[in-house]
Order: sequence, then structure tokens, then C-alpha cells
Amino acid sequence: MFAPVAEASGKRRIARSAAGPRIALRGVMSLRRLTQARLNQARGMKNANLLRWMRQVGLLLTMAMVSACGEEYLQSTIDPVTDYGEVSQSLYLQVFWWTMIVLAVVWAVMAYILVRFREKPGQERPKPVHGHMGLEIAWTIAPAIIVVAITIPTIKGVFKVQRPPEGDALVVEVTGKRYWWSFHIPELGVTTANELHLPVGRPVSLRLESGDVIHSFWVPRLGGKRDVNPVVTVREGGEEKRNWMHFTLREEGVFWGQCAEFCGEAHSLMGIRVVGESEEDFQAWVSDWQTTAPTANAPEDASEATTENPLVARGREVFFRESYCVLCHSIQGTVAPGTIGPNLTRVGGRSTIAAGMLENTPENLELWIRDPRSVKPGVQMPGAQYDVTYEGVTFPPTNLDDEQIRALAAYLSSMR
Amino acid sequence: MTGLWSWLTTVDHKRIGVMYFLTSFFFFFVGGLEALLIRIQLMRPENAFISAETYSQMFTMHGTTMVFLVAMPMAVAFFNYVVPLQIGARDVAFPRLNALSFWVFLFGGLFINSSFLFGAAPNTSWVGYANLTSLQFTPGRNVEFWLIGLSILGISSILGGVNFITTIINLRAPGMKLLRMPLFSWMALVTSFLLVTAIPVVAVALILLAFDRFFGANFYEVTAGGDPILWQHLFWLFGHPEVYILILPSFGIISDVIPTFSRKPLFGYPVVVYAGILIGFIGWGVWSHHMFTVGLGPIADSFFVASTMIIAIPTAIKIFNWLATMWGGALRFPPPMLFAVGVVAVFTVGGLSGIMHASAPIDLQQHDSYFVVAHFHYVLVGGALMGLFSGIYFWFPKVTGKLMSESLGKWHFWTTMIGFNLTFFPMHFAGLFGMPRRTWTYQAELNLETWNQLSTVGAFIFGISSLFLVWNLFRSWKKGEAAPANPWDAATLEWSIPSPPPHYNFPVLPKVRSREPLWDEVERAEVEAVTLSEPEHEPEMPSPSFWPLVVALGVVLSWALVMTGVWWAPLLGLALTAFGIFSWAFQPAFR
Repeated sequence: MFAPVAEASGKRRIARSAAGPRIALRGVMSLRRLTQARLNQARGMKNANLLRWMRQVGLLLTMAMVSACGEEYLQSTIDPVTDYGEVSQSLYLQVFWWTMIVLAVVWAVMAYILVRFREKPGQERPKPVHGHMGLEIAWTIAPAIIVVAITIPTIKGVFKVQRPPEGDALVVEVTGKRYWWSFHIPELGVTTANELHLPVGRPVSLRLESGDVIHSFWVPRLGGKRDVNPVVTVREGGEEKRNWMHFTLREEGVFWGQCAEFCGEAHSLMGIRVVGESEEDFQAWVSDWQTTAPTANAPEDASEATTENPLVARGREVFFRESYCVLCHSIQGTVAPGTIGPNLTRVGGRSTIAAGMLENTPENLELWIRDPRSVKPGVQMPGAQYDVTYEGVTFPPTNLDDEQIRALAAYLSSMR
Repeated sequence: MTGLWSWLTTVDHKRIGVMYFLTSFFFFFVGGLEALLIRIQLMRPENAFISAETYSQMFTMHGTTMVFLVAMPMAVAFFNYVVPLQIGARDVAFPRLNALSFWVFLFGGLFINSSFLFGAAPNTSWVGYANLTSLQFTPGRNVEFWLIGLSILGISSILGGVNFITTIINLRAPGMKLLRMPLFSWMALVTSFLLVTAIPVVAVALILLAFDRFFGANFYEVTAGGDPILWQHLFWLFGHPEVYILILPSFGIISDVIPTFSRKPLFGYPVVVYAGILIGFIGWGVWSHHMFTVGLGPIADSFFVASTMIIAIPTAIKIFNWLATMWGGALRFPPPMLFAVGVVAVFTVGGLSGIMHASAPIDLQQHDSYFVVAHFHYVLVGGALMGLFSGIYFWFPKVTGKLMSESLGKWHFWTTMIGFNLTFFPMHFAGLFGMPRRTWTYQAELNLETWNQLSTVGAFIFGISSLFLVWNLFRSWKKGEAAPANPWDAATLEWSIPSPPPHYNFPVLPKVRSREPLWDEVERAEVEAVTLSEPEHEPEMPSPSFWPLVVALGVVLSWALVMTGVWWAPLLGLALTAFGIFSWAFQPAFR
């Protein structure tokens, strides 16, 4: 039986928002407005009152508990914020109604039968009826019509969600690994982990690739999931196959997601955060990434060195000289070259660590560095006291003591 | 003839049916216990009641057990007991092969569960997706227990399928034309065809995996040019017909139960038969609807959307015909009918949610979420398992010669309905609000706690409800009222012989002139004149044999010893198999 998580959970607080309450609040407020706008747009101009009514009731029904308890479902599949998600959403509402109608008819007929045709005392065996051709034809055609009515928009939707990318889309290379996500934006040279910032209003293309087993990229409010398959080696001249997701964000906010294909022990702990923000905020995030964090390297002149937080300086020493962190991790603008683990550039600015599992605080960073397994069983990072074998290579225990770990956490936190 | 030895050597389809039932019923509680551990773990967010690794083993074994060790063999238990009686035969076509099927199934089930003793229970889910199952990512023995266990169970299923196809085609009583055959036997026939065609597909997939793991082949190895998607195609090419292997027997049962308790013949008999056959056929063309998120491209996705939508039509036809059978009837509601009506009501929900994720873009959200978990439990518990429960109450008097308690049966039904719906209905919402399946835990912020707590409470009610069944079975078997030959006033041949039936079933084979021989006064008199008569000398029946048990042991050993890694070890099993078959062949079939 596994206990450490429970022990650790006292320290675990998970941030809801990467950019503080500001964005989160804005996200919620604009939600209502935009839902209305989308409905207006979707339903066309006239003769659509019934459709509008049905859609709204459908939304209300399926989200009954949302409004009833004022709950916010961070991974709701029926509250999309992209054009891509809208395709599933509108189909879902259509099919929802078809199925409700069929269910109501079947149950109503059945309830009638069960009451009406109960055996009465002394009743004779009813006259045998062996069938009725007309009825058989009727109830073959009726479901056929319904499934055709569902199939046609469905196939349109299938082509819509798998359309070719738009030329000016922002391409993000997503790599799923046990048990975290790497995001790389080639045109900007940005590489980050687990928390991806995206601009609202600009088409985005995610290029999905697995570093090990099959994962599935699922941030429900962005739209449906897509499997993250390992890229199969092809013969010379062949074409490598990768999955894509194309969408344009319509709202700001922090969108939660996680791996949706069972990938091993810590499958449930492989979270994703997507931060949707304005073009300016996005640009600011990119340029932050591109400029080396002030505390990443040791100050060049001695006067600054004296004003620097000694704990941060000590942590830098641990990171580069007293541990082998740099084998797996890299920090932009420093000599740290590792590519096996998550890129740590500006890691202090992320809302969470451990792929969405821990709020990003120095205390949680310490916990994570000392004993990552307590947070995420199956993690491929060595702890202070235990080794880990990754792709046949054994990484020994880091043997860091509490002082070193505290300094290391301070150093990482300082790079915001 | 009684005693342990007589059971070990029996080739009587009725005894084999009983053994199939008891074994699958035992595994039902094993799988149920695993489910309860899963539900306790998910009761609270960020819970650590069981470890992530234990959790993986629990949901893998829950799925594997419920599919391969409960639903399938329990249906086969009914095939065994009921089909020969329904079609007017004295036994199945190959009685010893039948015994072999059972022993292989029993040993296979024990083998796969023995993994718990080694702390290496399968842990890569019941679908065992490559390349997670490769040595690199799952180095332990877990996957090997799973793939060898399933291979062994597959042998049992194929043998059973062959046996029942032959039996149903060849051993029907005089006048029992195919279109006079009771619906349960019909669905047994369709299911048997699916077994002999679908199981080899998964056998291929498993053997490729075995080669990858034991001999360093590269069928699913990405780095060597293998393709893990191949596994998904092979698995689901088997997996979807498998769904119908699970559901069609239940459809067959309720197609016999509903007419009996409506006191009317099945409405649209030929249409219901054809719909079942059609489902069997189309079931082969829908497998990639399990793979809409894989990225097969819009053309392939559209094809599988269309074929999946088409399969909804024969399914709907069946439901309408059941309703029409009840329409105008004189409905009685003893437990078998309650469960049959329950199937119609509840399976409809599962069928309709299936239409939702047949629409591929919707499936991109619902796939691998709790919405899908809700869907297939509505189909497999609400549809398949409750149909089997209906069959238990229906045929228990025939098997034991005792009546079951109706009041306990009603308690069982209502607690099952409440527990079942409370467990699985909230899962629709958990899924819609973003809970992926096969998830050890979930974060508190996701607000999924309420839905999961409802499911956990429901699961315990469901678990307790099963105890009513156990108690009812045991008590009725011990001291139930004696059952007459035809306690339900049913129409088909199995009710024309005494309860329990003599070991030769029919002293003289009856002649059949209609679909409901016992509902026509004249025909009934004719049939019962022979079926209830005391024969002058008992018909000669196949003699018991010990060799099926030996061969089964050999088959299981030759697979299990592969795990030792010693190249000649499996040869011991093969030698035992050969010895067993040789002795079997030279033992006279009749004494």
C-alpha cells in the first residue's frame, strides 16, 4: 500500500491560474458573453428559435450541476474555447437531443406496456401475434433516418477537425513522455514543459509526438483529444507520420488537461496547463523566455555578487557543480545542456511543477527534488536517496542534503 | 453417479454447464472485489488507499476478469446446459472436447489470477496497448501472465465455438428447422461463429507480442520499425466482435424470457434472428470506432462512423420487437422477467450513449473518459450481465429441480437496479467534466468528487445486491420447492422434460412441428408423450473420460512453462498434451 502521497498532500496546493487571479477571473467573465455570441453566430438569423431553445436547454441540462452548485469544471468537455472544440460541441448537442427523444419514446412506450398489459386474474393466454411486416419496415426505416441525420453532420465534422493546417499557424511541437510534456515552438526557439502559453485569436497547430509509449493530448476545453504516438521509423524516402491538432483560441484563461491514454503507473499524474493570453502577454512571455533570467548565471561584476541573495547563489552552485542536474535539464542562456528532462528556463514563473501536480512554491520544489516519487510514483527523476533507471542508464541518488536542496529550490524559484 | 471423480471425468453437457457457471460465478466476485477497491480509491480526490501500481493491476484484472472469466464463460455455461435441451439433443456434438474446453478455461483463469501470488498481476489494462507492453516499458512478468493467460483462454473459446456450431447445425431434433429454433440457441450459434473467427485474431496479436517479449522480435517495437498501432487494429478487430460475443447470448436469453412471461410468441421472430445475424456480420466492420483519436485520417474515420451508425439499426429493431412482444400480452413479473425488462430499459441507455461516441468528433472528447466507462458498463452490465441473471432465474428450476425464492429475487432485482444506476449513471457526468479513465486519482480542483462518491456508494449497493443472488441460489438449491417440468408455462423443448433432466435428456427424440411446441395442445401432447416417458432401456451415453483433464493440463503447462525461459520446459507440457490426446483417442467413446 502506498502512503507517501497522503503524507505529502498536506503540502500540496495546486494553482488554478498561472498568471494569477487576474486572468482566471477574466476567463470566467468572458465565458458567458462569448457563449452567447457563439450561439448567436451559430444559429443563423431566422427560424432558429426552436434550435436556440433546444441548445440552451441542452446546455442547461447537461450542465445542471454546474449552475446548481456553482461548480467550475476545469476540464469540462462541454465548454469549449476554440473553433476545434466547437465542432464536437455542436455535434454533441445535436446527438444529445436525438438520443433523448429516442430514449423518451422507448421508455414511454415501455412504461405504458408494463402498466397496461399486466396479466389480469383469470386472463386467458392472449391471441398469438407473430409479427407485422409494416411495423418491421417502419421501425427499420425510422432509426435509419435518425442515424443518417446524425451521420451527415458527423462526417462533415470529421473533415473539419482534421483539416490541413492554416499557413500562418503558430506551430508547437508537443512531446509526451512518461510522465510530463515538452513544448517546443520552433519559430520562436522557445522550449518549455507542462505549461504552454498560447495567444488568443491566432491559429495554432500542435504537432504531436511521443518520446516513449502512446499518450493522448487532452485539454478538454481546447477540444477533443488526439493520440500522441511514437513516430514509427520508416524506410528511406518514406514519410514519417505525426498527429496534428489545429485550433484558434477564443478566450483567455488557464485551461487544464492531462494525458488520456494509459501510459503507465503515473498516467493520472501527467497534467497539462495551457495559458491562453492576449497577443501582448504572449509576446511578453516569449521575450522573457528568450532573455536569460537575471539570476540564471552568476553576476559578472563583483558588486552585484554582494547584493545577490546568497541562497540563490548557493543554489546555482549546487545546480551546476554539486549535482548532476545539468545532465537532464537545460536552462536557456546557461551551460546546462540536458534534454532528457523538462527544460527549466524560467521555471520559477510557472504555476505548477511536476506536470501540474504541485503548486510552484519553494517548499514544493524542495519536496520534489528530495523525494519526487512521493508525489509521482514511477517518476523518472532520481531522488536524494534513490536512483532511477532511464532507458537502460542508471542515475544514482543525488545525495543532496537539506541545505543543498533548499538552496536549489531558491535558485530555481528565482528564475521567473 | 456422484463424487468428485465423476465430476472430474464427466462429459455430460449439463454437468459441464454447471461447472462453467460455478467457476464464472466465483470469478464474478473476484472481479467485483477488484471493482470495489477501485471505487474506494476513487472515492476521494488525491487518495492513496492503494498505490498507483496496485491500482493499475486492479483495473486491468477487473476488466480482464469480467470479460474473459465472467461474461463469456457464464454465457457458455448456458450454451452448455440449455442449447442441447432446447434443440432436442442428448449432448453436444463433441462431449469430450466440451470437457476439454472447460478444464482449459478453469486452468487459464487460475493461471492468470496466480499472478497475484507473484505480485505481478497484469497492469497494462485489459486492452494492453503496445508499445507500453514491450519489455522496455513493462519489464516485469505482469504482461506475460496476461498474454499467456489470454492465449490459454482463447483455446477454450475456440474449442467451445466449434463444438456449438457443430451441435446446433447437426443435432437438432427431427422437425426442428433452423427457423423453428429458440432464439437463445440462435444467438448461441451466431456467438459461436464469432468465437471461432474473432478469437484467432487476438491470438495472432498475442503471439506477435509473445515473440516481441520472449524472442526479441520487433512487431510493435518503434525503434526497429515496428508499429504499435498494429496492435490496436488487431486487438479491436477482435475486440468489437467480442462485444457482440458478450451481448448476443443475453439478447438470446431475454428473447426467450420475454415471450414466456408475456404469454405471446416472440414478435417478428425471423426479423429478430436476422437482426442478430446482421449484428454479428456488421460487428466485423466497426473496429476502428475504438480508434477515432489515433489519427487514421478523415476517410477511415468517416467509414467507421457510417458502419457504426448502421449497426444501431438492427439493435433498435431488436428492442422494438421485444416491446411489441410484450404489447397486448398478459405480463407476469417473476425475477427472470424483471431482469429481462431491466435489460431492455437499461441497455437502451448504453446503446444511445454509444451513438454519441459513434460520432467521431464527439468521441474525441468522450474517448477514454468516464463517459465511455459509463457507456460500456450500461451495455455489459445492464445488457449482458443482467441478461445472464435473467437466465439464472429462468433456468434454475430446470437445472436443480427446485424453485427459486421470488421475493429474494425481487430484492435482488431492485437493489441491482438501484446500485447499478447509482454506480454508472454519475460516470457520464464525471466523463463529461473531464475525468479520464484508468486514472489512479484526480485532483481536487477538478470538482469530480461528488460524482465519484455517488459511484462508490452505488458500487457497494451493487456489491451487496449480489449477495441476495448467492443466498437465493444456495437456499433454493438446499430447500427450494420442487419444480415441475414446466414451471413457467414456457414454450420450448427444454421444458418438456423433467426437472432436473435425466442424464440422457430425451428418452426418445421428440418431433417438432412449430416454434412453440408446448403452447399447442396437440403438439404438446405428442412431444410430452415421448419426453416424459420412462424408456425401456436407457439410451447409450458417451462414457466418462479423464483424458480431457490431462490434455488441458498439458496445454496450460506448455504455455505457462514458456515463462521459465528454459527453452525445453514447454516441451514437457507438449509431451503431456500428446500423451493425453493419444490415450484419449484410444479410449472407447462408449463402454
